[in-house]
Order: sequence, then C-alpha cells, then structure tokens
Amino acid sequence: MTGEIGQLALCLALALALVQAGAGLAPGQSALALRISSHAALGFAVFVCLAFGALVTGFVESDFSILDVAQNSHTLKPLFYKVTGVWGNHEGSMLLWVLVLAIYVVCTVLGRRGGARLTCAALGVQGLLAVAFLLYILLASNPFLRIDPAPIEGAGLNPLLQDPGLSFHPPMLYLGYVGLSATFAYAAAALLTGEADARWSRAARPFLLAAWCALTLGITLGSWWAYYVLGWGGFWFWDPVENASLMPWLVATALLHSSLATERTGAFRSWTLLLSIGAFSLSLIGTFLVRSGVLTSVHAFANDPERGKFILCILLAAIGGALGLFAWRAPKLETGSAFEPISRESALLLNNVLLTAAAVTVFLGTLYPLFLDAATGTRISVGPPYFALTFAPLFVALLVLMPFGPRLAWRRGELASALRTLAPGLGAAVLAGGIALTLETSRAVAAAAVALAVWVIAASVLDLRVRSKARSLSLRSCASALAHAGLGVTLLGIAGTSWWKSEALEVLAPGQSLEVGGYHLRFDGVAPGRGPNYRTSRASIEVSRNGTAVATLAPELRLYPVEGKAVSKTAIRTTGIADLYVALGDDRGQGRWLIRAYVNPLAPFIWFGGAAMALGGLASLVGSLRLRVRALAPAAAE
Amino acid sequence: MKLALPLCFAAGVLLAPSVRASADAEKLSNPRLEARAVALQKELRCVVCQGQSLDESNAPLAGDLRRLIRTLLEKGDSDGQIESYLVARYGDFILLRPPLEPETYLLWFGPLIAMSIGSVAAGAAILRARRNARAEMPK
Repeated sequence: MTGEIGQLALCLALALALVQAGAGLAPGQSALALRISSHAALGFAVFVCLAFGALVTGFVESDFSILDVAQNSHTLKPLFYKVTGVWGNHEGSMLLWVLVLAIYVVCTVLGRRGGARLTCAALGVQGLLAVAFLLYILLASNPFLRIDPAPIEGAGLNPLLQDPGLSFHPPMLYLGYVGLSATFAYAAAALLTGEADARWSRAARPFLLAAWCALTLGITLGSWWAYYVLGWGGFWFWDPVENASLMPWLVATALLHSSLATERTGAFRSWTLLLSIGAFSLSLIGTFLVRSGVLTSVHAFANDPERGKFILCILLAAIGGALGLFAWRAPKLETGSAFEPISRESALLLNNVLLTAAAVTVFLGTLYPLFLDAATGTRISVGPPYFALTFAPLFVALLVLMPFGPRLAWRRGELASALRTLAPGLGAAVLAGGIALTLETSRAVAAAAVALAVWVIAASVLDLRVRSKARSLSLRSCASALAHAGLGVTLLGIAGTSWWKSEALEVLAPGQSLEVGGYHLRFDGVAPGRGPNYRTSRASIEVSRNGTAVATLAPELRLYPVEGKAVSKTAIRTTGIADLYVALGDDRGQGRWLIRAYVNPLAPFIWFGGAAMALGGLASLVGSLRLRVRALAPAAAE
Repeated sequence: MKLALPLCFAAGVLLAPSVRASADAEKLSNPRLEARAVALQKELRCVVCQGQSLDESNAPLAGDLRRLIRTLLEKGDSDGQIESYLVARYGDFILLRPPLEPETYLLWFGPLIAMSIGSVAAGAAILRARRNARAEMPK
C-alpha cells in the first residue's frame, strides 16, 4: 500500500508543479497568479513529503515488494541505515533531490522576498524544475516500482555507505546543489520580469548563503569520510565526483562576492546574473556526472547511462534556456558603475576572475578526458599532478590577495592604509614560515604554505581588530573574517598532512610493536566479534608515548556477508592538533597482521577550517535575514 | 575494459582491506631509489582502477607495476625511461599528468586562457568604472 500512496503522491505533486509553473510564468504575474502559484507550490511540497515518507516507510518496514527496497535494504540492517539507505541509491536520491527542492520552494513562498512579481516568476521557474525532475522520477527512475513475487530478503546496502559520515553527506550536498536552484530561479525571474536591479540579488541572498553553507559542509563531510574510511589517510583525491561538488562551490563562492557589489552599488549586474546561472548549471552537471554513469569511480554506487540521457536533456534545457534568456535580456541592463582601480569593487572583480578560472580548471580536468575519449577515442588521465600545476597557483594567488579585499573601501580604497593594517600579519607569516623551515623533513614549498595560511588567518584577526577599534564591527564583517580565516586553517591542515606526515607499515605478531611519529604501538592480537549485520576482526593496539600509555586503539576489519564485502574501520586518536591514524590490513597467518599507522600533524584543521567557513556563511545568513526584517519594519508600521 | 572497471573497483576498493600492501617486501634498501619509486608511483595511475594512483591502489596489477618500477630503477633506468616504457605498454592513460600534445593543448592552456580572458574583461570593466568615477568627480 505504501508504494501506491507514494506513486499517487508523486503524480499529484507533478500536477501541482505544472499549475505552479503555469501560474507563475503566466504573462502579467498578477496577484491572482501569485496566489495560485503559491498554493500549488505548497501542495506540491506536501505531496513530495508524502511520497518521500512513503519510501522511508517502505525501507523501515523492509517492504521488499518495492523493488528499490529489495535491491538496497536488508532486515538485519540497523534502523539508522535503513533510513539513510533511502538516499544511498539512485531512485531514492533523486526523490531526495525533489524533496530538497520542495523545501526551498516553501521558503520562497513563505519568504516572498523581492516583491510579488519577482516571487511569482521565481516560483514559476522552480515549478518548471520540479516538473522536469518529477517526470524524470516517474518515467525513468521510479522508486515505487513493484516486484512480484517479493523476495524474502533484500540485497543490502553497500557497506561503505553504512557510515554516519556518508549518511549525511548526500543530503548536505543536495541542500547545496538544489539551494542554488533558488538563486537560479530568482536570476531567471529577474531576467523575465525585467526587474534586474539589485533587488533580486538581495532576495536570493539567503538562499545563496544557505546553499553555500550546505555545500561547504557537504564537501567537508565527504572529505572527512574519505579520510577515515578509505584507509590511506588521504582527504582529497581530485576524483571526478569530488570535482563535481567543487565546481559549483567555486562558482557559488564567486557569486557570493560579486553579488555583494551588485547589492551595494549595482555594479556587475549582468555578471552576477550569469554567475547565478553558472552555479546552478554546474550543480546540474554534477548531478549528471554522478548519476549518469559517465564516470565510474569510488562514488559511482548508483549509475545508469540511459537515465543519464534524460538528465542531460534537463541539463541542456535549463542551461540553454537560461543562457538564451540572458543573451536576450542582459544587454538591456544598464551598467554605469563608477569606482577607482584601487577599491573593494576591483578586489571583488579580481576574486571573481581567479575563482572562475579555478572553476574552469576543475571543469577541464574533470570533463576533458570524457570529451577527448568521445571525440577521438584517445584515453588520458587527469590526476593530482595536473591540478597541482594548474589549480594550486590560482588558489595561491587568491589567498595572497584575499586579505586586501576587506581592507579596501568601496569606490575608492587606499592600498597604503591596507598595507599598514596588514603589516603585522605579514610579519607573522614570515615568522611562521621561518619556523616551519627549521622543522624536520621541511621543504620550501611546505614553509611557504604555512606562511600563506598564517597570513590569511592573521589578516582576518587584524581586520576584526581594526573594525572593533573603529566601532564598525558588524555581523557581516565577523562572518566574512571567520570564513576567510577558515580557508587559512584548512590550508594549514593540508600543509601539515602533506609534508609532515609520518607513516609506518609493518606485519606484526601479537606482542610486537612499531614506532611512528613518536608513538610506540604494541599489537596485542586480533579478536573476532559480531555486529548487527557484520562479522568483525578487531585488533587491540596499546599506544604509548615516552613510556606512558595513552590509549588503546581498536581498528577493525568488518565483513558484511549479505553484501559480500569487507570494509576497514580505521581507529583515529586525535589531539585536535594531530591525528594518530591506525588501520588494520590483511591477515598474514599465525596471528600476524598487516598494520598501517600514520601520524598526520594538523589533519583535524582541514575540517575545522571547513566548519569555520560554513559557520561564517551561517552568520552571514542570519545577518541577511535580519536585514530583511529591518527593511520591512517601516512597511509593517504603515 | 568497461567490465574491468567496476570489477576492479569492487576488488580494489571493497574486497581488499583498505590498506595498500606496497611497502612490505617491496621497499628498496636504497632510500634515494625508494624515494624516486614513490614519486613515480604517485604520477602513474592504476590502469584497472578508477581514480587511484599506483601509490594508493590495492589491485594486484598495481603491485606488479610497483615491483616493476623498482626492478627498472635498480637496473639504472632514468625516470623518463621508466615512464616511456610504461606508456609504450599501457598508453598515455597511465600518466596522471597528461603529456603536452596538440590534443591536450586546450586542457593545459585552458586555465591560462580563462585567466587571460578574465583579466582583460576585468581590466576593461575597471577602466570603464574609473572613467565613470572621474566623470562624476567635478560634481
């Protein structure tokens, strides 16, 4: 019964999305049209929630007459993973996509930001997206298909996904990807209605910030997951699927900055519109890359080329339509911004050039091998060495220049005064770089990375100090300083793990020990154990430092018999400054096991930095919502 | 090949314990040669897995290639010789840093082109804005 309820709810949601799109985009955008579109949108959201609830119920109850449940669940799976398994597969994850879209649609209706006409047209565009994705779900990836006879037991979920980190990674990413659809919808609405002044951008800003925070957190979570699950201590692999989330992040970051100028002075109006289209287009491309199966990679747990074509059509229609609209309307936008070459505007422009070039680089590195293969049949690989040569210089330039941005005034800034303010930061950076050079196994590039990170962090602190002295400290400037410093903290973490990591790999018999990065690890053997749906071999490792015991670590090797897969559970002991990271390898007989251990200095900083960036975004989001309340206050008094 | 990829993906990432077995019994006693071997295997991909370098891969073939690299290094081959030997066997596909050829010009120069176009456009916008700013000045 749940399957039929879900199916029916999806059909009704589709009908209401059609109404929402039709009324929203009807010429004139009258008050009546807005009412109809809003009500249809709320109905659409209700039915999408119902459909999603039905699928969750199917998974929780292990209703194996639903094909999707039978293929991706199992009665023995813990309840938590039954629920998160809903989006651990293709069909469910597409339904999650639409659910997140529904959440943003409801926010659009309730916020009614930017006035009636703009909201109405934005709802229309969101309705079109909803129609496209609901059609896709109903026609090409229906999660409610039945199977007859129903199997007694399900096939289980990929054990790599049975992990708390990866359970929240997809919803976070989708909150980011789909959040950019709201910005996209507002940009398209601005072009459609001709209300392309700063208002649309101010209206879309909370959506953009929410999406950016979610994307930042999603990427951070994904990187953390890769770090502790994949077992060799890496945190970023330039895997196409990672790149697919990095591209929208880079463009959304550029957009966050360019829209600051648009809102403040009206500058870069058409560029901001174009970036809004670009950011969401890259989200769609990301969805396409991951879901279509054009890549087969660590993440491609659910793919199907036939469905890829459907998503490709949605992608081309959305991007082509929006760009066409842009080409038609954008030339009519008057641009007449006035600022000096040394100014906040110029700094933001430079930021945009660098971030866009970085996004182009990731785009080329990710898609060029696919295009080349399709066009000429030549197969090449683009890996970390390519990105180190192309992406890294752009980001270094960005970080070197970043501290100047917040220190330059709008319209006309003073470089000399910015330099005076930032001089102590420069001193701190040189000092930190010098200290880093004296460390063991140090290299010039490592010291330079540390200096750069310290420069960025110190500059944020200095910026806040000057602002608090001048009593001009605002939530917005705190948010920006926190996000900027976060990037520095992440860089510090990357430098630490990349250049000061110690590692040891040895086959040990019980009682034997190994040394790594000042730690003494004694292997006390492996004991078998059982989990709810797996068997495990759990090692016991005594860790001591300078003769005093500090911890007992228990890395595991889990075997999931249903799925027939083994997964290594690393054991990580973190001091917050450095990680001791131990993974259990394979059984070498007679009680001897392969043990791999790392000490990763500053590794936690990578994720602290990501969290700081997201927190900065969140503070900015609160600020932008508050701004609206203040702006509305006089209207409410009338 | 199409079939080999998912298979290896399964074998390399899921079935094998996620700890690569390279260092034991593979390590060269000469630290300078070993460092060169590690540097080389970071530049080369595991040809049967997705997105993993020889350095990270658990696939048996990757282990064979790591041993092959060390044998060739001990024989006295240069890094370039070893790379071209492997390229002759597996094609450019094995290089994580694609070679600079007419086919890859766009890949390698694309970032530079993007940066140039961006700089010119930004420069033009800044000049225009300065003209506007100067024009407003007398008021």
